[in-house]
Amino acid sequence: MRRFVKLGLLFAAGALLSACGGAADVDDADSDAVTSSAAADGLTAFEREHGIGPIKQPVELGEPDATLASAGEEIFRMKCTACHRVEERYIGPALGNVLERRSAAYAMNMMMNPTEMTQRHPVAKGLLAEYLAPMPFQDLTEQDARAIVEYLRTVADSAASAQAAAQ
Amino acid sequence: MSMRNRVLLGAAAVGVVTAGLWACGSTGRSGPSLSAADAASAVYVAPGEYDEFYAFMSGGFSGNLTVMGLPSGRLLKTVPVFSQFPENGWGYSEETKAMLQTSYGFAAWDDAHHPELSMTDGVPDGRWIFINANNTPRVARIDLAEFETKEIVEIPNSAGNHGSPFITPNSEYLVATSRFSVPVPNRDMSISEYTGNFKGMLSFVRADRAGEMDVAFQILVPGYNYDLAHAGKGPSDGWMFFTSYNAEEAHTLLEVNASKRDKDFIAAVNWKRAEECVAQGNARSMPARYVHNVVGDDHVARSELKESVTVLEPASCERLVYFLPTPKSPHGVDVDPSGRFIVAGGKLATVIPVHSFEKMIQAIEEEEFEDVIDGIPVLEYDEIIAGEVQDPGLGPLHTEFDGRGYAYTTAFISSEVVKWRLEDFTVVDRIPVYYSVGHLMIPGGDSREPWGKYLVALNKMTKDRYLPTGPELAHSAQLIDISGDKMKLLLDFPTMGEPHYAQALPAELLMEKQVKLYRLDENTNQYAVKSEADTRVTRNGRRVDVYMTAIRSHFAPDNIEGIEVGDTVYFHVTNLEQDWDVPHGFAALGMETAELLIMPGATRTLTWVPTRVGIHPFYCTDFCSALHQEMQGYVRVSPRGSNVPLAWGTGGALRSQPVAAQ
Ligand SMILES: [Cu+2]
Repeated sequence: MRRFVKLGLLFAAGALLSACGGAADVDDADSDAVTSSAAADGLTAFEREHGIGPIKQPVELGEPDATLASAGEEIFRMKCTACHRVEERYIGPALGNVLERRSAAYAMNMMMNPTEMTQRHPVAKGLLAEYLAPMPFQDLTEQDARAIVEYLRTVADSAASAQAAAQ
Repeated sequence: MSMRNRVLLGAAAVGVVTAGLWACGSTGRSGPSLSAADAASAVYVAPGEYDEFYAFMSGGFSGNLTVMGLPSGRLLKTVPVFSQFPENGWGYSEETKAMLQTSYGFAAWDDAHHPELSMTDGVPDGRWIFINANNTPRVARIDLAEFETKEIVEIPNSAGNHGSPFITPNSEYLVATSRFSVPVPNRDMSISEYTGNFKGMLSFVRADRAGEMDVAFQILVPGYNYDLAHAGKGPSDGWMFFTSYNAEEAHTLLEVNASKRDKDFIAAVNWKRAEECVAQGNARSMPARYVHNVVGDDHVARSELKESVTVLEPASCERLVYFLPTPKSPHGVDVDPSGRFIVAGGKLATVIPVHSFEKMIQAIEEEEFEDVIDGIPVLEYDEIIAGEVQDPGLGPLHTEFDGRGYAYTTAFISSEVVKWRLEDFTVVDRIPVYYSVGHLMIPGGDSREPWGKYLVALNKMTKDRYLPTGPELAHSAQLIDISGDKMKLLLDFPTMGEPHYAQALPAELLMEKQVKLYRLDENTNQYAVKSEADTRVTRNGRRVDVYMTAIRSHFAPDNIEGIEVGDTVYFHVTNLEQDWDVPHGFAALGMETAELLIMPGATRTLTWVPTRVGIHPFYCTDFCSALHQEMQGYVRVSPRGSNVPLAWGTGGALRSQPVAAQ
């Protein structure tokens, strides 16, 4: 019963969002996003792999940059930790190894364009259906998002080395 | 200039679109009375569209300001100013309490009458709007990028701040008058000794620098009732005109005793001359107590007590003030767009007297005075009058202008608006209003360049215009089309409080500058927490500080223990959102104050002294997300002296501060 109420609210919210933005199609919100056919999602191959948003090219990560990572950690602390933990699921998914699952460009588009991503991208739609809390827009610039990616690289590294040390 | 043209073109474009939309059904808008369909189409704003103009209506005895669209008459927003406003915690939250501080203490209410837009070169510029508090004399500045009151200054040596806050063409000063004369300095004395001891005060407040409003100087004048004002413009720039009544200096039964003389005075003040006299040291510094309240960069209001004020007396500053005899008990004083004519609304007069600025200057140069009162020369009526509008209706009060050579005056007693020509002071049209109209407003209608398309009549009596709601009825405003030769009534709409006066701007002047959120990294509130990791609860004696965050859809912490009955608990809530239109609210069971409404990136603090033992739920009051109903928490309140440790947390085990640390 409780779950039913939540889903009802979510659909209502989805309908409102699409009424304002006009980008998403209401039927889409109701359908099972993950299993819908790739051709029907209206995305380019780039968007399917790297997400929808301001990042239009794959992001070359290059050599680790400790200064950038520490700037990213600061922003992550302020704008992300209310919902994300590195090691564990919280309001949203754990992010410690997110770069193994997603490209850097995908992560940056998700950070900068969460509303459209959760309306149109099959993976993000699937995550919304699972977690039920839509990722809020946090007004991150491209530089902010890139810095957070750099921070998440160091988290992944330390998780890997911790694992190595444990073995 | 180009800005203005753009706005006018925009308006024309809207007109074309509207005409296009309605071309199929409309029979055109000719004739003095519109068909219902034509009137409806003229005020129709399609879903999702904006109004062409936005009116800032004084809330009168509500103490606030309401924003309503024109032509739709739809209520958009209430901006709290002089009265506590539980809807968003204005005057309740720790960050805003100081805004309602006065030299008399915390004032939870006032009576706000005249909104006044800031101007550049005599034209409203959309930066700020000011409004007066009548009862405890004050003037407020509202920032139109945030629709929020940012500054309030009190006016000393003044009582009944009615003639305020009328502004000079480049927002140099706004004025404040004492409607009630009082002893200056105020003291214990017999009311019967009014004459000569009670004084009026005309105050000039520096207005063009945000955060720095200050009473620049005051002018001590005879003990009449100073009612309204307007600044000169163009040729008359540098002058300010004030109406007064009660030249009889009555102190009881004014209804009879202040209506004996057939003329009272408009005080013409040369404020540039006042600046000279102050600079030359002709003013004196007087002890006074008044406060200046300002919202700082950290969004926290602070109050400063000031202890002296600069006072000028006309006798020690020649050529500063002149009296213009004006029939009879004048109320409004309005200066036409050219700055050449000064129009008075004589409540009890049978004509509308129009003074000529040019003739006034000539009379001053020729020293044609009929009297001198307390150092103030009185000019001769016949020497300065440009003309009298005959048959203006009964009880003329206020006049505004359309920028096309016409003036519009309200007649309170005969309930009508009268249109007359500035060229020959002849009435050309009149329209009944329902009922007893006080002010009227044309967007920019008191400026150098009015947007002369609509007129709003602000009526004092409502009677049968709406569904009766017991003894208290909503006040009424009426929208009149003044774009053609004949005035046409388009719409009635109810208003909040008393719609005393209003000003309006084209939507374009407001659109671009709006602040959508406050940046979290620029939040300098000393109690802000910018990450959930920093949320905590601290105790210092009986004081408890809760450093809390809110984001869709949870608070951190959302479980708090170790609070005791009688503690003073400060909930400092920071909204971590960085998106437009996502405020969060906060309220807890048994709070005796208000809610908090916290804008994205901002911090607000509410104080709570729990009086009962038990579990007190709190929740987000602003529907913020699909899981808004889940946005809640619990505070455990224990008996005083209990040994429950202070502890807090979200989604896991509570963190705590050892009992020993208390
Ligand atoms: Cu909320």
